[in-house]
Amino acid sequence: MPVLSENGQQVWHRRTTKQSLVHWIGWLIGLAVFVFCWQRISEATTWFFVWDAPRIAGDIWDRATPPRWEYIAQLGRPIWDTLNIATLGTLIALVLAIPVAFLAARNTTPSRLAARPLALLVIVSTRSINSLIWALLLIAIIGPGVFAGVVAIAIRSVGFCAKLIYEAIEEIDHSQVEAITATGASRWQVMVYGIVPQILPALAGVAVFRWDINIRESTVLGLVGAGGIGLQLQSSLNVLAWPQVSLILLVILAAVVISEWVSAKVRGAII
Amino acid sequence: MSHRELDDMLGRGWRKPPLIRHKTLRWGLIAGFALYLVAAVSSIPVDWGRVYEGLDRGWQFVLAFTHPDFLTRWSDIWDGLAESIIMTVAASVVGIAISIPIGLGAARNIAPLPVYVICRAIIAISRALQEIIVAILLVAIFGFGPLAGFLTLSFATIGFLSKLLAEDIEAMDRVQAEAIRASGARWLQWINYGVQPQVMPRLVGLSMYRIDINFRESAILGLVGAGGIGATLNTAFDRYEYDTAAAILILIIGIVMGLEYLSGVIRARVQ
Repeated sequence: MPVLSENGQQVWHRRTTKQSLVHWIGWLIGLAVFVFCWQRISEATTWFFVWDAPRIAGDIWDRATPPRWEYIAQLGRPIWDTLNIATLGTLIALVLAIPVAFLAARNTTPSRLAARPLALLVIVSTRSINSLIWALLLIAIIGPGVFAGVVAIAIRSVGFCAKLIYEAIEEIDHSQVEAITATGASRWQVMVYGIVPQILPALAGVAVFRWDINIRESTVLGLVGAGGIGLQLQSSLNVLAWPQVSLILLVILAAVVISEWVSAKVRGAII
Repeated sequence: MSHRELDDMLGRGWRKPPLIRHKTLRWGLIAGFALYLVAAVSSIPVDWGRVYEGLDRGWQFVLAFTHPDFLTRWSDIWDGLAESIIMTVAASVVGIAISIPIGLGAARNIAPLPVYVICRAIIAISRALQEIIVAILLVAIFGFGPLAGFLTLSFATIGFLSKLLAEDIEAMDRVQAEAIRASGARWLQWINYGVQPQVMPRLVGLSMYRIDINFRESAILGLVGAGGIGATLNTAFDRYEYDTAAAILILIIGIVMGLEYLSGVIRARVQ
């Protein structure tokens, strides 16, 4: 902490002159980058539409209220599909994620040079691509429908679940594993009786947490044709049926709130 | 002496205790879940013939990763990617700047009740609406282009960052903040010297994580016309140009990995 003298008085400063200079140059560069980005966005924008936006927003609001409540009768099946996409997708993801996690964890991987990097690559590549992009790809491969949605959600969730599970495996208490090994247990028995019971709470937590996220994601998968309530949203948007759109948005909001509540309750019960 | 006799002599063999102790509850949950699974799986129409036909195309896509085509559509890829990055940077800057005051307001230990309630309400709204739905609405209001994407990402950043920042402020050490206050600091000085240093490492870490998420999300906003690489990717899939799509996906994965590495380095430096 530097103390500089100003007019004969000793004044405390947080940084030395050089430090604050570096600090300010850093901020200046940051600001310049931001201004450049903003200019590029601004160039690509039709400002006439933006100034008109409040009127348009009011117009859409007028058209969208009140929601067309009787349309809910047609939403039963899409909601059921959405739930199935999220649940089955999470289940498949867990089945795939557990072996990947065991391969990726430092203390259980069979080989650090081959299996671990491969498992980490699977984790990174499935995690960094959004489920909507997976859905696009799967629709091109296996055709539109709920099945494509289930597979898209499953692939997207593998990396997420495997990452959290392998971190849990790396944090286990080693003495328990040693105790099981000391009884003469085989490699698989050690896994089942020594490792799995220790990661089971984490596993259940991850499953419920991901299920909650998947409910959110599966509500919009229909936008690209992968089934669920998003399909209704897309067709209502296409025909500009705003009262239906507002009802669907309300249903999605309710689904998100309920799933978050369920997931919080279950996680509270487990942990 | 056979094993059977040994077991009889020792009494009943050891069994793994079940996860749920209560017997009816356990079997009820298992039966209910099995019933749901049957209902869910049977309600998904899968055209296996179509899937079988698609496997060939899927394999071609996997093969495309071995020879991604960066060059043919390079100008389109570059435009989309640059727009994604610009949207990410601008939205992260604005989102972080707005979420700091909202995060302060949403921390119960430094904000008065009315401010707390308002800030928490903003966070709840932002978290409940997912990016792609916000993007659809904003595209309808502001027109196509990166402005809608920029606003969407900024809005989503606020909900994420303010909530976690507020939680961190609520968990801070009161003693340090009190010491600053006792020295006669004004409110702003109190925040700057008492609160900010305590939450700064986490704020930096979360901001880096959010930049990472914003980039991943910006890759799909193009699907609904909100700018970025998504539109290019969608077109590539629609035209079955798998080698171009593979190139785009490789770029996205590469940038995400780079950002993750960068955030790891920065977090290690800050903490």
